[in-house]
Amino acid sequence: MKKLLLGDEAIALGAINAGLSGVYAYPGTPSTEITEYIQSHPLAKERGVHSRWCTNEKTAMEAALGMSYAGKRALVCMKHVGMNVCADAFVNSAITGVKGGLIVLAADDPSMHSSQNEQDSRFYAKFALVPCLEPSNQQEAYDMMAYGFDLSERLGEPIVLRVVTRLAHSRAAVEVTEPMAEKLLSPSTDQWVLLPGIARKKYVKLLEKQDAMKQASEESIYNKVEKAAAKTGILACGIAYNYVKEAIGNEANLVKISQYPLPEEKIKALAAECDELLVIEDGQPVVEELVKGLLGAGYPVKGRLTGDLPRTGELTPDCVAKALGKETGAVFAPAKNMAARPPQLCQGCGHRDVYAALNQVLADYPEHRVFGDIGCYTLGALPPFQSLSSCVDMGASITMAKGAADAGLFPAVAIIGDSTFTHSGMTGLLDAVNDKSNITVIISDNLTTGMTGGQDSAGTNKFEAICLGLGVEPEHVRVVVPLPKNMPEITRILKEEIEYNGVSVIIPRRECIQTFARHARAKKQ
Amino acid sequence: MKKDIILCGVGGQGILSIATIIGEAATRAGLYLKQAEVHGMSQRGGDVQSNLRLSTDPIWSDLIAEAGADLIISMEPMEAMRYLPYLSKEGRIVTSSKPFVNIPNYPDEEALQKELDTLPSIKLDIETVAKDCGNPRGANMVLLGMAAPYIGILSVENLREAIATVFSRKGEQVVEANLKAFDAGVKAS
Repeated sequence: MKKLLLGDEAIALGAINAGLSGVYAYPGTPSTEITEYIQSHPLAKERGVHSRWCTNEKTAMEAALGMSYAGKRALVCMKHVGMNVCADAFVNSAITGVKGGLIVLAADDPSMHSSQNEQDSRFYAKFALVPCLEPSNQQEAYDMMAYGFDLSERLGEPIVLRVVTRLAHSRAAVEVTEPMAEKLLSPSTDQWVLLPGIARKKYVKLLEKQDAMKQASEESIYNKVEKAAAKTGILACGIAYNYVKEAIGNEANLVKISQYPLPEEKIKALAAECDELLVIEDGQPVVEELVKGLLGAGYPVKGRLTGDLPRTGELTPDCVAKALGKETGAVFAPAKNMAARPPQLCQGCGHRDVYAALNQVLADYPEHRVFGDIGCYTLGALPPFQSLSSCVDMGASITMAKGAADAGLFPAVAIIGDSTFTHSGMTGLLDAVNDKSNITVIISDNLTTGMTGGQDSAGTNKFEAICLGLGVEPEHVRVVVPLPKNMPEITRILKEEIEYNGVSVIIPRRECIQTFARHARAKKQ
Repeated sequence: MKKDIILCGVGGQGILSIATIIGEAATRAGLYLKQAEVHGMSQRGGDVQSNLRLSTDPIWSDLIAEAGADLIISMEPMEAMRYLPYLSKEGRIVTSSKPFVNIPNYPDEEALQKELDTLPSIKLDIETVAKDCGNPRGANMVLLGMAAPYIGILSVENLREAIATVFSRKGEQVVEANLKAFDAGVKAS
């Protein structure tokens, strides 16, 4: 049966039909729809497949590793920067090894459509010494779930499955297979205790598996060879393969690469037949660097590092065609009457009222800085508010404000959303409390994870208790309702707490207007 | 035969519903289809677009190349022109004529309409048409109706059936209201 599926949905359905027992994830573009699809899928519901959102990617990774330990198949999903958050657990899961199949799905975002960098998750797979799968289309994304779980169980290692935005968020018809049964509970009898003495042995075991991983790549149905007369050999990684086919069809002498570690023998054979290699990969020049090492300094290897393809940004049919020597270009020039239209906070959004109040109060403090965080409210950096001085990573608002306050900056204000606070803000707040740092923290609580489309937020209804539990003084935990009519009260409280020499937390709380409208519609029906 | 379409507008205007309907129609007609969407941050009042590729033969790339689009279907006139480098020599623009101004530096509207008129385009005040046929939220269906004769690879009837399917779970009334808006668009085209 064929089904029209987003890349993310193909991954989700592929996982369910491969006998998935649990998906563990924190929302992040472009990976969010995987978990959402599993949450709403009838078979997953019937089987009780775990799909509730996790607090962050680290808790997700560890829970999935626990499910794998117990013998069942687990999937962890995140956007690329989530790999940084779960890196400790992920890298060490390669040392412990796995029991039930474990797939770590990283959705990379070259061109930063909705991200702060374009890091390439294939580096993580190499770093942890585990295989990586990189589908070129929706069908492969679906098929690679069962394939990946099998490979994971056969090797006893986690598998990274790397997709990019253009696959995650593109639809195509996918041939769907019959669902397999879930694995039975069969906990590992092996010791996963990474004390140095045990870890050293396990690390050697991981290194011994490298040959089997390379062999699997050489034999993989996803790493295929296509022959033509051309003297430039092409290494087409993941979706780059599609752009090559679009541009030159069957005239390409290529190795398609969708499974790592690199199929070195296939690449060497192609290099021997050709005068040069062109590496086409979405993201960073991971393969280009590796192949330069593999073939030695004398062999010409072209790609992003040599300028044959752009060094930054996602691949496009145009830049690939150009690198392949095809004439491309627009017929119509860009329009003259044109302006950028950046995203903005919704009209009526509570974050708007928070920024309006904050800007009004901080006008009296010319030396102030506001440290921002990741969420819809990052848009407070843009006009009309232009309130933020920083936005770096999940939770950094509180800790950066603390560090700046330690240095003597006043007022140091942090603004963080409810979901981001429970993701990675709580530990930083504890540091600030223990140090009695002079910071003002605003937890702008809209009762949801807004930017990714309104997923449940782990800390809803718990924020006052969390702050008090971490040791913020009760009289300096203040709750307000961000509405224009409350502006005098909000500005008064902001001013009082900025003037307080210590940690204060202000929680402006009003539901996201998007989820509010959705709830209202659901009630009506 | 193939048809490459760029659907565009401002986040929240309903371009993904148009994409869903064309996708449904293409699937029922047995065509190959690829549809790249924009989700996430850009949905909040920013520019949004979807690359929709339909073909009787397998499709490789999820994205349309420059000078590759046969059709630009836009909920907003300036957004229609944002993708001009993607319009093919014989391509056509089908757009709403009414600017959506949510930025301080929106171009001079008269100059914008003049520039649009120099291009192979048809435009219509789809919001007024939608209101006139009693479905003020159906402007996107009016636009789809306007574009329908140019899609070619799918018939007007294919699209009507897809509208009926996509909206069926919302009830007969919603289906009828959307078909009415769609038909008004076809008529105006």
